[in-house]
Amino acid sequence: MFASLFSPKTLKFAAVLLVAASLGACASKTDDAAAGGAGGAGGRFGAGGAGSTAPGTPGDFSTNVGDRVFFETDSTELTATGVATLDKQAQWLSRYPRFAVAIEGHADERGTREYNFALGARRAETVKNYLAAKGVGGGRIRTSSFGKEKPVEVCDDISCWSKNRRAVTLLSGAGS
Amino acid sequence: MTRILPVSLPPLALSRRSLLVGGAAATAFGAGAARADLQITLSGGDFKPMPIAIADFAGEQGPGVAKVIANNLTRCGLFVTLPADKHPEKPGFDAAPNFGAWQNAGVQALVTGRVSRDGARLKAEFRLWDVGAGTQSVGQQYFTDPGAWRRVGHLISDSVYSKTTGEKGFFDTRVVFVDESGPKDKRRKRLAIMDQDGANFKALSTGDSLAITPRFSPSSQEIAYMSFADGAEPRVFIVDIQGGKREAVGNFPGMSFSPRFSPDGNGIIMSLQQGGNSNIYFMDLNSNQMRRITNTAAIDTGPSFSPDGSRIVFESDRGGSQQIYMMDKSGGGQKRISFGDGRYSTPVWSPKGDYIAFTKQKSGSFAIGVMKTDGSGERILTEGFHNEGPTWAPNGRYLMFFSDSGGGPKMTMVDITGRVKVSVPTPGYASDPAWSPLLSETQ
Repeated sequence: MFASLFSPKTLKFAAVLLVAASLGACASKTDDAAAGGAGGAGGRFGAGGAGSTAPGTPGDFSTNVGDRVFFETDSTELTATGVATLDKQAQWLSRYPRFAVAIEGHADERGTREYNFALGARRAETVKNYLAAKGVGGGRIRTSSFGKEKPVEVCDDISCWSKNRRAVTLLSGAGS
Repeated sequence: MTRILPVSLPPLALSRRSLLVGGAAATAFGAGAARADLQITLSGGDFKPMPIAIADFAGEQGPGVAKVIANNLTRCGLFVTLPADKHPEKPGFDAAPNFGAWQNAGVQALVTGRVSRDGARLKAEFRLWDVGAGTQSVGQQYFTDPGAWRRVGHLISDSVYSKTTGEKGFFDTRVVFVDESGPKDKRRKRLAIMDQDGANFKALSTGDSLAITPRFSPSSQEIAYMSFADGAEPRVFIVDIQGGKREAVGNFPGMSFSPRFSPDGNGIIMSLQQGGNSNIYFMDLNSNQMRRITNTAAIDTGPSFSPDGSRIVFESDRGGSQQIYMMDKSGGGQKRISFGDGRYSTPVWSPKGDYIAFTKQKSGSFAIGVMKTDGSGERILTEGFHNEGPTWAPNGRYLMFFSDSGGGPKMTMVDITGRVKVSVPTPGYASDPAWSPLLSETQ
């Protein structure tokens, strides 16, 4: 209804969402377990690979590739470590094109609620853009933000906050 | 909830005896000196809380109503209430109190009352006495549903407050907030509503999906908030408090968040996420037309209208860090107003129009403060880790916000001088408070 208000770029993004959704729907017939991770709260091993780390499984992705990247305080710039992780993610996703991904952006608790939602969205977008530039088709990538509402580490010091400033790549739509 | 209109009670014909006022004895409880009128000076260094006594109200529900009033007046910090065991008499409602005795007890003001039944209705009457002058300052009666006895207590509190301060009261109000439970990494966050004093708590959502940043409509009948409901991207919803009917505000390709009603209730202003950026939009709720207000490659959020609806205050990181900006309602004349040392966010325009309340972050500290609408006169009211998200009482004198020092968030009320700071009772952890308008003016 309000499509006319958005830029052509955003319209494209909307169309892309439709594609990603339909991919997910097809895939869920064959592999519910993997698809189930997408809606999750960014648990340590988001995609429920049920322990298997065989090549091409979600467990392989989260264990051997790394499903998340971390950010500096109030930053959306990728770190060198983050770039290395995303390079591996892009390679893996190129090798296993049957997976779509959902990227969840998160912030630590040292920010206000509304701003942190926007910050999480920006982090997820940064990861999406990087993966897309490395050849992962935009149609396979969905993003969302949880702001500071879903910390994985609970404490009150720097080491813990740094683990919460993250973007997690969750596999969805595993299928043949 | 129905409207409860006060009916004035004429002053009693006072006997000579009751008018005989004892000597102006200073007592341990207060200054005791009679003042010319029953007035609390709120500004400047002259502030002194007014010593007041709330006599036990007659009738079965009387003591409960009197307790609500005493609690309200004490919490707001403008009054010191005389403990019941220091009351020199139990005054009847149809006779003048013994002014001399109350003056000797050190109070300037006395509230007497009676709660009875008038058929199926509850009838509540009260008188505010100026002890020094020996006169009735206010006398009113209210008729309502017997279940609404606490509201009568709040209405009487507002009447006493406005008579003694010359300002509107704020006790007949409710607060919507996020009720939080469970461990930090699996926290349930649901909407809840209660009276401003913590009574009549009621959950408004189940907690199955995260719900945050609730805001009242000007009629107090609806709440706009952001939620992950329906498994979709988080977006703005409006829920009808009475009927529980819930509707998404538009359907957008990105997330929508940080909603707030326009002062006339006809629209919602909020942020829409578009890629890595967030901009401010206005949705007309009658026509469902959406209007873009800001257009930057930045995070623009936290919009709040001026009371007359002509301007909008918001936060943006367009200059590199979160700061507060001002613009007219169509987005013209965007201008930064916060220039202090630190990051400024969550601006909220005072219902009186004079101040902007905000959260300020500096060196790991989260402060709550107010500034004038041109950014001058900044005043920090509380600081530490972690304070956030102020909301105004409808009279523009008090703010509520939430604090979390580690375990979980709780809510606090402060006045704009920073003199008064009291915790707000909630059943569990509580965040994101939003204060309703005065119910007596909206229903």
